[in-house]
Parts: sequence; structure tokens; C-alpha cells
Amino acid sequence: MSTLRPDLAIIAREVRAGARVLDVGCGDGQLMAALRDTKNVDARGLELNAHDVATAVSRGLSVIQGDADTDLAEYPDGSFDYAILSQTLQTTKRPDLVLDHLVRIGREAFVSFPNFAQWRIRFAHMFGGRMPVTKQLPHLWYDTPNIHHVTIDDFRSLLHDRHIEIEGQWFLSGNKPRADRFANLLAQHAVFKLRRK
Amino acid sequence: MQEDTRFGLDRKIRLLGPVRLDSGAEFAPVDIAYETYGALNADKSNAILICHALTGDQYVASTHPMTGKDGWWTRMVGAAKPIDPARHCIISINVMGSCMGSSGPASIDPTTGAAYAMGFPVITIPDMVRAQALLLDHLGIETLEAVVGGSMGGMQALSWAALYPERVKSAVVIASTARHSAQNIAFHEVGRQAIMADPRWNNGAYYGHEAPSSGLAVARMAAHITYLSEAGLTEKFGRRLQNRDAKSFGFDADFQVESYLRYQGLSFVDRFDANSYLYITRAMDYFDLAEPHDGVLAKAFARTKTRFCLISFDSDWLYPTAESRRIVHALNAAGAAVSFVELSSPFGHDAFLLEAPEMNRIVDGFLRAGGK
Repeated sequence: MSTLRPDLAIIAREVRAGARVLDVGCGDGQLMAALRDTKNVDARGLELNAHDVATAVSRGLSVIQGDADTDLAEYPDGSFDYAILSQTLQTTKRPDLVLDHLVRIGREAFVSFPNFAQWRIRFAHMFGGRMPVTKQLPHLWYDTPNIHHVTIDDFRSLLHDRHIEIEGQWFLSGNKPRADRFANLLAQHAVFKLRRK
Repeated sequence: MQEDTRFGLDRKIRLLGPVRLDSGAEFAPVDIAYETYGALNADKSNAILICHALTGDQYVASTHPMTGKDGWWTRMVGAAKPIDPARHCIISINVMGSCMGSSGPASIDPTTGAAYAMGFPVITIPDMVRAQALLLDHLGIETLEAVVGGSMGGMQALSWAALYPERVKSAVVIASTARHSAQNIAFHEVGRQAIMADPRWNNGAYYGHEAPSSGLAVARMAAHITYLSEAGLTEKFGRRLQNRDAKSFGFDADFQVESYLRYQGLSFVDRFDANSYLYITRAMDYFDLAEPHDGVLAKAFARTKTRFCLISFDSDWLYPTAESRRIVHALNAAGAAVSFVELSSPFGHDAFLLEAPEMNRIVDGFLRAGGK
């Protein structure tokens, strides 16, 4: 599990052994494979990119090609212990609705995203006067999958509006965990563990 | 060790049956023509059943005895392929109702000594599967590592999982559907009417006489269009003329696409029985896996432990991706382990029979993971 992306490593650590997990935007199944191999997790995935799905299936994972914006409605309430959305929220058309589905389908949910209020991004925006292009968000404004940038404070405010409870939160700068204090300014990534109130 | 004659190429067996048909009738005895490739392992856990499409047959990976052509799915089945006789015991069965050795309308009814013709019972896809299960009993195979099929073969794979969930560990369903749509039925009806409008059809009693080849050829031509895509046809033929510089202002096959379709029709009648075409298209039209479950497809797979892998092709308008997704949603609702990918191909429904490296990669990985 040492090769997992840092936000995935946190999620992998927190998921209970033997749980049923839906990984929304699972990519080529890296997290699912780690959960299966180290925690005996029954993992299912949803991924838009056909090539990634093929790779995940060829790893022996159960992955469906589909779109978080349109296909989550098909999953019954509480059908998974955890629903996971890692680095995908900012690419959805309606992050608010996707979030509702996550906490409906999973008894608990993990959401991770790049924090658009981190000081480097603020800096680039303020002094460069242009849409920030950073290591974490390397795309140009006109050709980016990230159509809904979000900050940690924006996300918390959405959770409040949607009556979603925070059960855990972790913040990262690069690969290193960092304290909650000033997370919105200092953290590059956030991981939240959520539950519907 | 004495060779087990139940296994090998070009096998045929008469089983006492009976097969209890969806119509309520019983059918016996049941002739089943099949082939096997590769050896069954000691714990009989490596059997893979390949199910063929409407006009397919048991010659999945061996030379067709009538056409002399290679097996119809040598891209998927063979040495170093996802389904490999070095690792799997592969079973390929001619479906009931067909005309390559299994019981069908052209078979001799032992009670009359004449061909069944239209006296053959109307069968369904599940009936075909029940007959296949009889053969597996005969072969001593209780559990299948996988059932694999494209098109009508996929319908059989789904039916296998629904009828005998404890006998199927994995199911691979490619370019298929859990029900025939109004459009599917409509195209089949055109084909059937073409056959029945041929005066030589004679209410099906043409055996020993000239077969209704014109009708069957037209049926095949209409069906063949549904196996291709508009883009594929345009790329292959466009509006190009066939062996001529100008339009003939007549009704010869001026266009290449006409000539191609005529050829497809004519070559088909040499290897297929018109009544079989009626019976099998009927079975496909009757297919709706949700129907016996109050229209709720998920109930057909309640508590299933079978793993599923579905693949569709974006240019397939016969069984479009939406139909595969419907199955996937039902399997999800049933809590089944299911994988699904829509692959890109310009070749329409027929894509599953053609070179598709991504399809092979998926099927290979899926089967290997299930074999563990």
C-alpha cells in the first residue's frame, strides 16, 4: 500500500476490514485492489474512462463504466458500508447531488479533493492574475476535467447545508499530513469522512 | 487410460431427457451436437461453456464442416487466447432448434420417421439452456468456471446464471440484452415473413424438396444490416458501384453494398435451415428475462453469487449499450459482482466477432480473477 496516493492511503487506512465499498471514480482500481488485497474488502467501482475500466477489470476487480452524475441514482440506499469519491468531486457536473448520493448509498462516505484555497493557488491567482496552473491542478482553464473547483471552507459549508456530518477529516501538504489549523489556507488536499445526519 | 469418447471434436449424443419447455410441453429424446477442447481438470473446475449466436454453431474454434472456414470465435478461443484449451475445458454446443446436429425442425421425429418441420415445439432461450444442462450432466460437469456468449449467446449466458445460479461461477455477456425490444422483434418478423412468403416454404414441409432459399436469403440480408453500422457500411462501400462505371438504370446489383448483401444471403442458405431460422428468431423474440419475475430484472438474479462481466459496443444499434446498462443496474440492485465496459468500435453488433484487443484483455483478466 506504500505506493498509494497519500489521500488514498488515508482512506485505505480508515476503511474497516471486510467492509463493502463503492469507489466512485475508481480509475484503474488502485485503491480497490489495495483494499481487496490488504483488508479483504468487497470493493465495487464506477469509472468513466473505458481504458481504466478495462485495466481494473483485468485486475479482477468489479468495475462498471459509468458516470457519477447520472448513474449513482441506480444504487440502492445503504447498499455499501463506504462510498468513496477521491479526487473526483471537482470533475462532476453537480457535486452537491453526487455528495447526496454518496451519503445515501454508503453508510459512511470518504471524499477527497484538491483545496482550491491553498495559499499557492491564491498567490498565483492574486499576483499572476490568471487561472492557477499548479502541480496538483496542472490543466489549463479551457481544457480541464476540473469544472467545479472547491475549497475546504466551501465544502464544509455545503456539508452544513446538506445536513451531512463530518466524522473525520485529514489534510495534506504534498505527501505529509498537516494540522487542522488554517487548513483552508495551508492544505493542498483534504480527505473527509462523512455520514448523513 | 481409455479415451473418454464424451469429449472431443464433432460429438453428438442422444439424451433421453425430457427437456421441460417453457410452453409447458416436454421434449424427448434430445439430440445434442457439441465439441470440447482441452481437458477437464481433476476437480472439474475448469469448464467453460461457449454459447453461440443465432446462426452460429458448435464449431467455435475448429473448421466448419460445410464452409471449410475457421471457427467463428478463434479470436477469443484458442492457444494463448483468453479462453485457452491449455487451461480450460471448453464446451461448445449447437443450440436446440438449430440445424447443425442438435434437435431442430429439420431433425427426424423418431415417432414419425419424418422431419419435425413445424411439428417441432416452439422453444425459448431458457429451453436451449435446459438442454445444455442435460449435456453437462452427461459430461459429469456440475459447475462451470464460466459461461461466455455474445448476442444470443449472451442471452443464454444470462439465462444460465438465472436458471442455474449454483452451476455458474462467472458469466461473460457481450453485445447482448436481457429482452428483445419491439425493434428487435420487428426485424425478425421481416425475416420470418420473407421465409414464409417463399412458395417453397410450404408451411415448413419442404424437406426432401427445394428449400425456401429466396426467402431465407432475404431474411439474412435484412438481419445482416442490423449487425453492421451505418458508418461501417459507408466506410466499406459508400455509394461505390459494383464492377461497372455507370448506373445500369435497371435492378441489377449496381451498388457494391447490394452485391455484398446478395452474397451474404446466398452463402447463408447453403449452411442454414429456414425453419431453424424461424424457431430461433422466435426464441429470441420471446426472450425477456424479467417477465417471469413481475418485470423486475433484479429478481432474476436475487442472491446470485455468480460474477458477471458485460461488454457492449458503442456502434451496436441492435443491442445498444443501454440494454447492457439495464442488466448492470439490475445486477447492482441484486448485489452481484458485476463489471461493465462499453468499447468503441466502428463495426456495430458484429464487433464482438472481430479483432478487439480491449475485449480480449477484459475477458482474460475477468476469467483469470475468477479462476483463482
